[in-house]
Amino acid sequence: MAMAAALRREGRRFAPLVSSSSSILNNAAAAVRSSLLSEGLGPEGARSISTQVVRNRMKSVKNIQKITKAMKMVAASKLRAIQVRAENSRGLWQPFTALLGDVPSIDVKKNVIVTISSDKGLCGGINSTSVKISKGFYKINSGPDKEIKYVILGEKAKAQMVRDSKKDIEMSITELQKNPLNYTQVSVLADDILKNVEYDALRIVFNKFHSVVSFVPTVSTVLSPAVVERESEAGGKLGDLDSYEVEGGETKAEVLQNLTEFQFSCVMFNAVLENACSEQGARMSAMDSSSRNAGEMLDRLTLTYNRTRQASITTELIEIISGASALTG
Amino acid sequence: MFRQAPRLLARSMMARSRPFSDVPAQPASDSAFVEAWKKVIPNIDPPQTPLSFMKPRPTTPSSIPSKITVNFVLPYQSELSAKEVDMVIIPATTGQMGVLPGHVATIAELKPGIMSVHEGSEVTKYFVSSGFAFIHANSVADVVAVEAVPVDHIDPSLVQKGLAEFTQKLSSASTDLEKAEAQIGVDVHSALNSALTG
Repeated sequence: MAMAAALRREGRRFAPLVSSSSSILNNAAAAVRSSLLSEGLGPEGARSISTQVVRNRMKSVKNIQKITKAMKMVAASKLRAIQVRAENSRGLWQPFTALLGDVPSIDVKKNVIVTISSDKGLCGGINSTSVKISKGFYKINSGPDKEIKYVILGEKAKAQMVRDSKKDIEMSITELQKNPLNYTQVSVLADDILKNVEYDALRIVFNKFHSVVSFVPTVSTVLSPAVVERESEAGGKLGDLDSYEVEGGETKAEVLQNLTEFQFSCVMFNAVLENACSEQGARMSAMDSSSRNAGEMLDRLTLTYNRTRQASITTELIEIISGASALTG
Repeated sequence: MFRQAPRLLARSMMARSRPFSDVPAQPASDSAFVEAWKKVIPNIDPPQTPLSFMKPRPTTPSSIPSKITVNFVLPYQSELSAKEVDMVIIPATTGQMGVLPGHVATIAELKPGIMSVHEGSEVTKYFVSSGFAFIHANSVADVVAVEAVPVDHIDPSLVQKGLAEFTQKLSSASTDLEKAEAQIGVDVHSALNSALTG
């Protein structure tokens, strides 16, 4: 039964060859067309190698290339908008550092590490860098009767930290960029953190935006008023704080408290803006390399496709010609 | 030929270095921190700290300088950065405070009021919502405010309306929180009012 069907197929193939020589060329053309049209069975049952698989891959790779190019342009436009605001906010933390100095190596009992990351992915390695640095701080500051807690901003860092440091995460905040970033929102957030978390030193880990291709992981340290008082009395980097007259408020402690809270909200505002800029810049470069890779893959697939196509045409021709020569010679 | 080499090298280095808005020539860093980091985590580079991004401040001069350098910053922009002026009057919580070159180092908390910057004969007035002012011994004044508007941008009719609204809210407030918020509104609007008239 199967053999009869096969013979019938063979017969069908040879029938037009016997008719005339001009129809050989027609059939060759038909065979070529058939290999482009369907899954390998041409007219009169001629078999050919399928290029459908390669063509499907080419289509999907081309779509991916278009999507990544579009994402890159979107990231570029968002970056332009937010870079202006980030650069304007850079003056905000400088007065505080000029006054209180910057002592990241300070040794305190209660450390809180505020990790700033993005909510959306596809932005390169910046979130992993922030998480690695936060875990580094955990290791440096761990010791007897010292406690370290995390406050996490952004989904991506939360996903990475929850895996092994779940018990140390004090608070996690997501969907920060649903509305455009502004100082009011960040100051409310800072207030929230200060109310709910006990701290001696807050370390804010973020990626500072230097340029579209360079993001530097940075850590800003904000001390609690008690620690500031202690350090200024002890001398050292904060030693000249004592020489400052304090105007306003009932006591120096009250003014110091307002000062540190204000410092925290200002530093947070700048950090969040810089991290958002770094996120868009990293996404731009990730999407750019992704479209370039897709283009290269498309080139390779096109070569494979052409090879497959030509091989199938050659096979058809060989079959036809060998069949014809078998009949004549 | 070899005498020219350092000059040529310096020129080529200057051409290559691009100025970022807040990176100084030599990055200063806390060496104790870097060492502690390297001991525990040798594989990853230590993160940068804000100190390496700041221009170093001038040291305290021995004689009183003639002008005071003002940095007036807001969250959205640096209104004045390193501007040399004669005098600044800031609205501290204890009253209007005039700052001249050679002023003693002070940390002042600000209340809503007018800040005026005197440069020669011209005076620029800003209405400041609140913030802090640091006056350093080297005659550099940093004023950090949350919101500031030039006085001529304020609309008197809106001020009156706001004042009436918050006074009414204060009288009808029930909880402490509402009372505090209404009181803040009243303070700010009456300060705005006196800023416009005075």
